[in-house]
Amino acid sequence: MKRQLILEDGSVFVGNGFGSDKETEGEVVFTTGMTGYQETLSDPSYCAQIVTFTYPLVGNYGINRDDFESIEPAIHGLIVKEAADYPSHWKTESSLDELLKAKDIPGLEGIDTRKLTRKIRKHGTLKGKLCSADIDPGEVIKSLREKSFPHDQVSRVSTKNAYALPGRGKRVVMIDFGAKNGIMRETIQRGCDMIVVPYNVKAEEIFRLNPDGVLLSNGPGDPKDVPEAIETIKAILGKIPVFGICMGHQLLALACGADTKKMKFGHRGINHPVKDVETGVVAITSQNHGYTVDENSLVGTGLKATHIAVNDGTVEGLRHLDYPAFSIQFHPEATPGPEDANPLFEQFMSLMDTNKKEGLQHA
Amino acid sequence: MPKRTDLNKILVIGSGPIVIGQAAEFDYAGTQACQALKEEGYTVVLVNSNPATIMTDTTMADEVYIEPLTLEFISRIIRQERPDGLLATLGGQTGLNLAVELAESGILEEYGIEFMGTNLRSIQQAEDREEFRTLMNELGEPVAESDIVNDLEGAHRFVEKIGYPVIVRPAYTLGGTGGGIVEDEKDLVEIVASGLKNSPVNQVLLEKSIAGFKEIEYEVMRDSNDEAIVVCNMENIDPVGIHTGDSIVVAPSQTLSDRDYQMLRNSSLKVIRALGIEGGCNVQLALDPNSSDYYIIEVNPRVSRSSALASKATGYPIAKMAAKIAAGYRLDEIINPITGTTYASFEPTLDYVVSKIPRWPFDKFNAANRKLGTQMKATGEVMAIGRNLEESLLKAVRSLEAGMNHLEIDGASGLQDDELQAEIKRADDQRLFYVAEAIRRGISIETIWEWTKIDLFFLNKITRIVQIERLLAEQVEDVELLERAKKLGFSDQKVAELWKWSERDLEGFRRDNGIVPVYKMVDTCAAEFESETPYYYGTYEEENESVVKEKPKVLVLGSGPIRIGQGIEFDYATVHTVWAIKEAGYEAIIINNNPETVSTDFSVSDKLYFEPLTVEDVMNVVHQENPLGVIIQFGGQTAINLAADLADRGVKILGTALEDMDRAENRDLFEQALADLDVPQPEGRTATSEAGALAVAEEIGYPVLVRPSYVLGGRAMEIVYHEEDLERYMTNAVKVNPQHPVLIDRYLTGKEIEVDAISDGETVVIPGIMEHIERAGVHSGDSIAVYPPQSISDEMRQKLIDHTISLAKGLNIVGLLNIQFVIHNNDVYVLEVNPRSSRTVPFLSKITGVPMASLATKAILGEKLSGYGYETGYLEESQDVFVKVPVFSFAKLRSVDITLGPEMKSTGEVMGRDSTLEKALYKGLIASGMKIPTYGSVLFTIADKDKSDALPLVERFYRIGYHILATEGTAKFISEQNIPVTTVNKIGNEPPSLLETIREGEAQFVINTMTKGKQTARDGFRIRRESVENGVVCLTSFDTAEALLGVLESMTFRTESMPSFKTKEKVTI
Repeated sequence: MKRQLILEDGSVFVGNGFGSDKETEGEVVFTTGMTGYQETLSDPSYCAQIVTFTYPLVGNYGINRDDFESIEPAIHGLIVKEAADYPSHWKTESSLDELLKAKDIPGLEGIDTRKLTRKIRKHGTLKGKLCSADIDPGEVIKSLREKSFPHDQVSRVSTKNAYALPGRGKRVVMIDFGAKNGIMRETIQRGCDMIVVPYNVKAEEIFRLNPDGVLLSNGPGDPKDVPEAIETIKAILGKIPVFGICMGHQLLALACGADTKKMKFGHRGINHPVKDVETGVVAITSQNHGYTVDENSLVGTGLKATHIAVNDGTVEGLRHLDYPAFSIQFHPEATPGPEDANPLFEQFMSLMDTNKKEGLQHA
Repeated sequence: MPKRTDLNKILVIGSGPIVIGQAAEFDYAGTQACQALKEEGYTVVLVNSNPATIMTDTTMADEVYIEPLTLEFISRIIRQERPDGLLATLGGQTGLNLAVELAESGILEEYGIEFMGTNLRSIQQAEDREEFRTLMNELGEPVAESDIVNDLEGAHRFVEKIGYPVIVRPAYTLGGTGGGIVEDEKDLVEIVASGLKNSPVNQVLLEKSIAGFKEIEYEVMRDSNDEAIVVCNMENIDPVGIHTGDSIVVAPSQTLSDRDYQMLRNSSLKVIRALGIEGGCNVQLALDPNSSDYYIIEVNPRVSRSSALASKATGYPIAKMAAKIAAGYRLDEIINPITGTTYASFEPTLDYVVSKIPRWPFDKFNAANRKLGTQMKATGEVMAIGRNLEESLLKAVRSLEAGMNHLEIDGASGLQDDELQAEIKRADDQRLFYVAEAIRRGISIETIWEWTKIDLFFLNKITRIVQIERLLAEQVEDVELLERAKKLGFSDQKVAELWKWSERDLEGFRRDNGIVPVYKMVDTCAAEFESETPYYYGTYEEENESVVKEKPKVLVLGSGPIRIGQGIEFDYATVHTVWAIKEAGYEAIIINNNPETVSTDFSVSDKLYFEPLTVEDVMNVVHQENPLGVIIQFGGQTAINLAADLADRGVKILGTALEDMDRAENRDLFEQALADLDVPQPEGRTATSEAGALAVAEEIGYPVLVRPSYVLGGRAMEIVYHEEDLERYMTNAVKVNPQHPVLIDRYLTGKEIEVDAISDGETVVIPGIMEHIERAGVHSGDSIAVYPPQSISDEMRQKLIDHTISLAKGLNIVGLLNIQFVIHNNDVYVLEVNPRSSRTVPFLSKITGVPMASLATKAILGEKLSGYGYETGYLEESQDVFVKVPVFSFAKLRSVDITLGPEMKSTGEVMGRDSTLEKALYKGLIASGMKIPTYGSVLFTIADKDKSDALPLVERFYRIGYHILATEGTAKFISEQNIPVTTVNKIGNEPPSLLETIREGEAQFVINTMTKGKQTARDGFRIRRESVENGVVCLTSFDTAEALLGVLESMTFRTESMPSFKTKEKVTI
């Protein structure tokens, strides 16, 4: 079936449909990772976005049971140059097409994805619609231009109720803004007793759980769309050690009085070099964000930039000078992507240890 | 850490001659390294014995030494130059081994020279099998069970424990010389023995065979700050078991999940960190297709063939970055030259698929064993880029120039199913094509997987190609289907064949329907950042990124993959042409498909199209760019072969006109031209049938030289002495018909002379005349060439000059020409005229200082040579003597006869230069890998017809103290001349026979001449192979032997008793 992608700038890409037949709209973004499509399409941070893969062959090794980053993928569509008909891997359980059908996500293949990528690079992220090629683009373009997308992505992907992932170690409360499974995996692997709470959790509730540390997860969209979380973070800051990842990092910045801004087309890929400003060590990291912390806004917030992106110099990590709190814009849990930044979880563990030893207050 | 300022002068070691396993990639790496170091303000001293390289141009380094890559000569250079640092990790295995030797000799310490980049200890740890294995065990990284043995007994013990099959790898060799997979006792004895011989440290590694695992490579870089990145990973379509240099490879990996990818990435980085690599490094891993188990196969602690491929596949210039790292920089301090905005410390990401297919020399060596294994056999490779795997693979297939335009080869369809199965299981160079044939026959891909362990992913892609073939055959003139086929990389030629149309008709139909390729940029970042790199590939999609500039353009066709007869020399000329075009103010655009070379470095030309060199692909670029014209003179036969078809389509061929080229290449026209110019040639005729050939030979008299018209490197050329041999040749060696005539010439024995000249139509400049050591009949590419000529009279010299000038003018040459002459009975005859750049252009350019390719290009672009101060005539000869010595790769090619003849067999060349012929020859021979001991034994096995010619040689060897060994007949003949000789038993007789003598290393030289005919089964063949496999110098031409003797005599002293007073007549010399 012929399907098209219509963009707000008036451009139309006609290709073949796969996956679900559903019509969807969303922000069209691109990711440059050559592997890891299963992790990407199930990463809740892509909620309501239509994701284009710059690598042309997607689905080569199929879909397996191990590599999901969430149970219910939240992306609004997938655009590839070619979706593999015959995946080949010993772990394969289904094809990309089968998964998208099962999860009711539309796919588009056979378009010039490099052209689309270049368009996004030049114009910035664009609103778009995936629909049947029979539909007249004129109307769609008009409505796309008028439309502003919802701001409730976090509430869609965050857990509705708190739940426990019991362990015998440190208690970590994770505020779920749309967390990737990988973050929980890495935390549990370190023996932690985890409690996952919804994005709009109240600070009192966190104090009541008496955690050794709070982990602010990744999540979709604009951090300013979740003001309630900013308040919560303000309340716990200095009382409980905090570790923010991706959106969690941006929220920490906002809570300290810094500002965030939308990037032209963001960082999405698994090859982003990030430099630790203090040690000079460069790690290749996995990234997925459309907003960034404004470096100029850090003055007077008590935050210090600890990491910067080697390519464009944007802020990639923060540490609070007075409180036990630090955050990073990239994904130390990887999946997909390189595991160079994995030791940051250790850093969180030792932060909690130090905090406990020094007997800092948490109530 | 910024650039190091404590070093000023850096010595860079190149990789020497092109041999199988070490080719043009090191010219690319070395050139980049020298440029990078010069850019940083260092004084660069370069040493390399290979004159055919860009890196040995005097502009590439502050001091360029073309000297033998031996401890002796490098030490001399070190004493003279006093460098502060040594960079050896960019000169292949040769550079690395030499560096180890230098360090061990103590000279580095003596002069306080620092080993730059990866340190010596790391190199040894990576290269020494045992140390490497120990390190892997410490790191907890899995390696296949293995054992190092120094003798056969140890090998037996290992096999008893592990069982067959096992892999044998000799330590410290390049391209896996002397290794192989062993299935039984017989092979074990043979291969272990050969491996021990080939290893300079007399060590082989026996390893449990993990054949069938996926073979994955990671190209990684690390700086002194411990930052490590992956530049590219690659997946071999051929699983473990076939040398990666002989494998079809795709980039990036296709069948690895992110978990697999990261697991192997972690492992690779862990290993290079533990080794302390500073620069580029290649890690080879094996991954179980049915689990997450993996093994590390090996680590190359240096820039390699794979890094050249990875550089071209991603756009990330590994060698350049490695040089900067060696100079102290950190990855995050170096700007990525492709984007110009990002830094070198990121991992390139691709948005296309790259395929590499090796180019094997089996078309030239039909006797060679084509089976592929752990010993590399390919001489070169092609790379192709597409937006899907099928496109990338099919483009690579037609880039090979091996007569295929599709996944199809002659003869496959005629095989029985069981024969086909056997071929596929055997795994030779044609396996991919047999696999496609099996799929055409409906054999299931699961079955093919059982036979080959090629991943189903790839087999499915081939199935898709076959499905499209079927549809095309049924649906003629279907525009949509045509578009689909083009997107999958089908050639016009193949579609036309399936539609039973002419290629021209199909081309027209395709264009009429708007099905034309667009060009996409290779930018290292999948379009995430803006780049201005002029590096493009064609594909059938929507957006064209190649912006056509206003500036007038000239298109240069490259020479494709390195193969015997068309080597790096042509890339050298291509690069110079491109530079000259830029200098002359035009936009220089190049099309080429060889990932190893300098010409495909995106910074060389104004625009690089990485595309196959077929009429279709070239025409597509022509339509895109609309150049003033195309230069074909520098791309070897590859480009020449396209000339007529391009001209036919209205493309202007710049330089010598097509008709004039034809007058040089077409036999009858050539004869006419020579007659008109009054230049003599050996009598000869063209024959279009077997009967015709026999009649011609009868008329002009045997021996005759026969060959098909239009060939390069003397393919299928032979000297025929008898009628029956000619009959055999006509039936077996060539396809003869009126379209493909056979040339038959009188074979004149005599001194062969080669001349290169440049002409603008008015002025004819002759930079140099070269004399060949071997007489006519040995291919010019396999002969030792000497400049200036040492043994020709002024009269002959003048004739050569006159003939060259009259040929250049008479054939209206604009650009380069190369002429082969023979001096026979004090007269000069023309053997052939090549109206194009030749193999000797780099050699002559370097030694005469005339930038030949550049000047020729200027002439082609309409400038006058007089404007550059040149006049018609022969340039003044140099005082020094220069020799060009061919280098062969026979050790890599089992069952190939090493006898020199009219068919070219060498893969590379070295240069020797000094004040006398003997000294120059000594250097040349040493540089070519020959060991020249001043005493020892020489073994003669001589055909009856040659015995009397051999005698003076025997005598001279004896005089300088060599012990003479000979087979019975030869020995008898020698002892009759009162020369002491030891008889060695013939093959098959009781030991010690000839073969044992050779195997035991009892002879330093073997001199063998062939009995007539070309039956490789004869004893002579076994003698020659035995010599090669045991590293004994075997000479098949008395001319070479005599040259060697000249060298030996100049090195040694005679010792003689004083003459007694009375017996004067007994005194010898």
